[in-house]
Amino acid sequence: MPVQNNDLKPVILINDLSIGFTGKTGEILPVLRNIDLSVSAGQSIGLVGESGSGKSTLALAAMGYLKQGLRVLSGTAAFDKHNLFELPRRELESIRGGRIALIPQNSGQSLTPTQRIGAQIDEALQLHTDLSVRARSDRVIDLLTQVRLPDPQQLESRYPHELSGGQQQRVAIAMALAGEPEVLLLDEPTTGLDVTTQAHILALLRELAGESSMAMVYVSHDLGAIAQVCKQVAVMYAGEIVLQGDAVQVLREPLHPYARGLLASIPRLNTASLPRALDGRPPAPGEIQNSCSFADRCVLVTDQCRQKRPELQAVASGESVRCQLHEHASDIPIDIDQHTAPHTIDQSATAALELDDLTISYHQAGLLDRWRATGSTPTVQGISLKLQPGETLGLVGESGSGKSTILKTIAGLLPPVSGQLLRRGTESLPFKVEHRQPDQLRKVQIVFQNPDESLNPRQTVAQILSQPLKLYFGLAGQKLKQRSEELLDRVRLAAHYMDRFPGQLSGGEKQRVAIARAFAAEPDIVLCDEVTSALDVSVQAAVLDLLDDLRREKQTTYVFVSHDLAVVRALSDRVAVLYQGRLCEVGSVASVYASPSHPYTDVLLGAVLEPDPDSTPVLVADDVVEMSPPATGCPFQRRCPKSLGDVCSTQTPAWQQVSNGHAIRCHLDLSSGQSQAHNQVTVENTP
Amino acid sequence: MSTVVRDLLSRPSGAIGLFLVVLHLLLAIVAPFVAPFDYREVDSLLMLKAPGPVHWLGNDHLGRDTFSRTLLGGREALLVTGIATPIAVIWGGFVGIFVGLSGGRVDDVLMRIVDAFLSLPWILKMLVLIVTFGTSVGVLVPTLAFFYGIPVIRVARAATHDVVARDFIEAAKARGHNKLSIIWHELFPNVRDALLVEGAMRWSWMLLAFSSLSFLGFGVSPPTPDWGLMIADARGFMSFAPWGVLAPVIALSSLIIGINLTADALAKALGIDRVQKAPI
Repeated sequence: MPVQNNDLKPVILINDLSIGFTGKTGEILPVLRNIDLSVSAGQSIGLVGESGSGKSTLALAAMGYLKQGLRVLSGTAAFDKHNLFELPRRELESIRGGRIALIPQNSGQSLTPTQRIGAQIDEALQLHTDLSVRARSDRVIDLLTQVRLPDPQQLESRYPHELSGGQQQRVAIAMALAGEPEVLLLDEPTTGLDVTTQAHILALLRELAGESSMAMVYVSHDLGAIAQVCKQVAVMYAGEIVLQGDAVQVLREPLHPYARGLLASIPRLNTASLPRALDGRPPAPGEIQNSCSFADRCVLVTDQCRQKRPELQAVASGESVRCQLHEHASDIPIDIDQHTAPHTIDQSATAALELDDLTISYHQAGLLDRWRATGSTPTVQGISLKLQPGETLGLVGESGSGKSTILKTIAGLLPPVSGQLLRRGTESLPFKVEHRQPDQLRKVQIVFQNPDESLNPRQTVAQILSQPLKLYFGLAGQKLKQRSEELLDRVRLAAHYMDRFPGQLSGGEKQRVAIARAFAAEPDIVLCDEVTSALDVSVQAAVLDLLDDLRREKQTTYVFVSHDLAVVRALSDRVAVLYQGRLCEVGSVASVYASPSHPYTDVLLGAVLEPDPDSTPVLVADDVVEMSPPATGCPFQRRCPKSLGDVCSTQTPAWQQVSNGHAIRCHLDLSSGQSQAHNQVTVENTP
Repeated sequence: MSTVVRDLLSRPSGAIGLFLVVLHLLLAIVAPFVAPFDYREVDSLLMLKAPGPVHWLGNDHLGRDTFSRTLLGGREALLVTGIATPIAVIWGGFVGIFVGLSGGRVDDVLMRIVDAFLSLPWILKMLVLIVTFGTSVGVLVPTLAFFYGIPVIRVARAATHDVVARDFIEAAKARGHNKLSIIWHELFPNVRDALLVEGAMRWSWMLLAFSSLSFLGFGVSPPTPDWGLMIADARGFMSFAPWGVLAPVIALSSLIIGINLTADALAKALGIDRVQKAPI
């Protein structure tokens, strides 16, 4: 039975629930197996697991909803003592949205684009309350205030597209709260948002959980987000709850081998080392019946594990765990300190790549612009960076900061307005792909964010790998096949993957193929555009590990773009922080992470989530998203918590040296020690 | 590919459609050997004779055997459209993919030309060429292939736009592949299915066009048997000798319905649905 730490009656009681679908050959494939879960008023429980673990299916089942093709195999899901799967449709509909509310992922898309914010919330009130017209309009303002949106009266008459992603998510939360629900279901509510925005939304959710008696079910793949909001955590794997208990216990010293592996696969902000990869992949529905579902990937596995499916059993410390060997689980390390060799680079060598004062603009001046002689501020401006051979440079910043734009320019896909690209010290790299020499093309390769997009769905792995091999080396026949197999082996995929289509591979396997394709060219420079952000954490760890191995073999230089500062820390030697297409801070990873000196770096680092219930993000600047950089002065002036006034808005700050190789572009006087470590930031308005 | 064929045959529309198409193709091949009478044999005693045990589908106004003429009447149409369809799909498809990949000014200019062509009634455009150059197979095939390739450009361009913005195209550009290589290796495999279905649809429309031309007297010249021509000849006697019109009409309709059903089922089997409805 699930753990309960209070005597309240459960609002949602799920008992021995199994949900499945019928496979192609008629067999029943379960996606949820024997789930027991109870949620009481005022309780917040986090469901955490990787994609395909059944966490969303479980959350939707808690409101009596099944995705098409799914059906209940056994068990019940009860709300207020009624089994939701047996309720008449009409009653179910009156519960959903009113007494049980759902906040979906990507709520920007779930708001009606042609209706004003106030009207949308009012619609929810009409459906779920008996309030009069006047009372409803007061309530709309109340709700907008409750989700901490500024200036509710004015915001009410705006359209969704006029709001930022974070504000849209707040409106979705307000709509969910309209019916004063007893249960709030949140399905990855912050996935896809910027780190700072995410930290603000989580702070709001934590406050809401504290100030009301609502029960919350929070679904996420992100242990860091769960740690912020939930007091209870249930870890899901292959459709089962494998570990459930108090958040502090589960996140500090988990008793299940999978939970430990998951925890160790998360890169940490305070550790320069790569996370530990969790080998293998989760079983498909129906693949495992009478053994432990994690047996194939578990380091503790014994014969006993494969003979019998373990029961969820309560242990002395209060958790429930589905593992026969949980007493030995603490043998599995969860810390990631220094388990990989440090990465060294030769600082004296000629630079592998140099970006010299690059300015990039998407805006093409039209006839009218030329006539009016209006200049637009370029998307990216004044980027000068030098990369040593074998060095990994992390490019970080929020969405819209121009990280990917810079990569596209280096790859020759987006010519800059001005500036210079230099390879090996002096060799000028033409801006356009068409003007580059075959050798210049071969030496610079790019790996994209989402392998579903970057691999042609109609080509087999063999055909995908043959493209660069034929183009750059003219390989054919047996030689081509042999080389392709070598490449697959280098990314740790077996040769039988050659004839598969991308659709037949898992997310991590696809990204490996994409990486193999880039390395097929034997490049000097590999541009990595958010290569792990579409992957599960355990898969991410394996891909980071692979990238680390590959760069050591041939001294490959990486430009590693990511919005995740912990991932950048794990892999990079140096880091460059971008805001609105302008560099803010550049320095070695050790130096920047230890003493972030630019206020924006402070803000970014402060917002990073750690899978630790005691760490709370430090929110120093508001999460207003800016659409374009200001015409003059520092790009960060409008959000800066340490703004110095006029000087920031009129003068573009010059580079200031913090320490050797670590510089910031800010007016703050470094010598007087105004800048402090990111957890002690104070607001200063003195000129 | 075999799974697609299996899926196609498992659908009623696919099975019926494919049966009709294959039947017509087989009949067209064996017709000269199985036709009971010579299609040219004129007999004034048999003029407009009703169907009977000897002449199963009766006789036309010159006393020629309708059954034999109907059997043979699709050969010319199938031959001409059978050659013209692949040509139309290949050239239209290539231009469409090229335009879709290039975008910009090339796209603007070419698509306006396509619009201009599509805004004129097809029969006018074709009559101009046929009246100028004559009605031989050597004129009909390129004429049909040219005009029926133009709508294919639009379909291929639209299908290309679905994939051209995806990262694997960017990746190929960044590697330095030339346009032809990108078209052949990256785009064509993704557009192929749409073109296959589009080709089937074009074939049925081309058959209709060919028969219409014959009906108007610009297609096959007498005494060669052709459905369109047969309908034109027999329509004056329709009120008292309907078999002369009915036989070629049923033959032509069953072939076109067969092709349409097959194209429909093929689109479903391949997971794409028809983009456009039939003209007229």
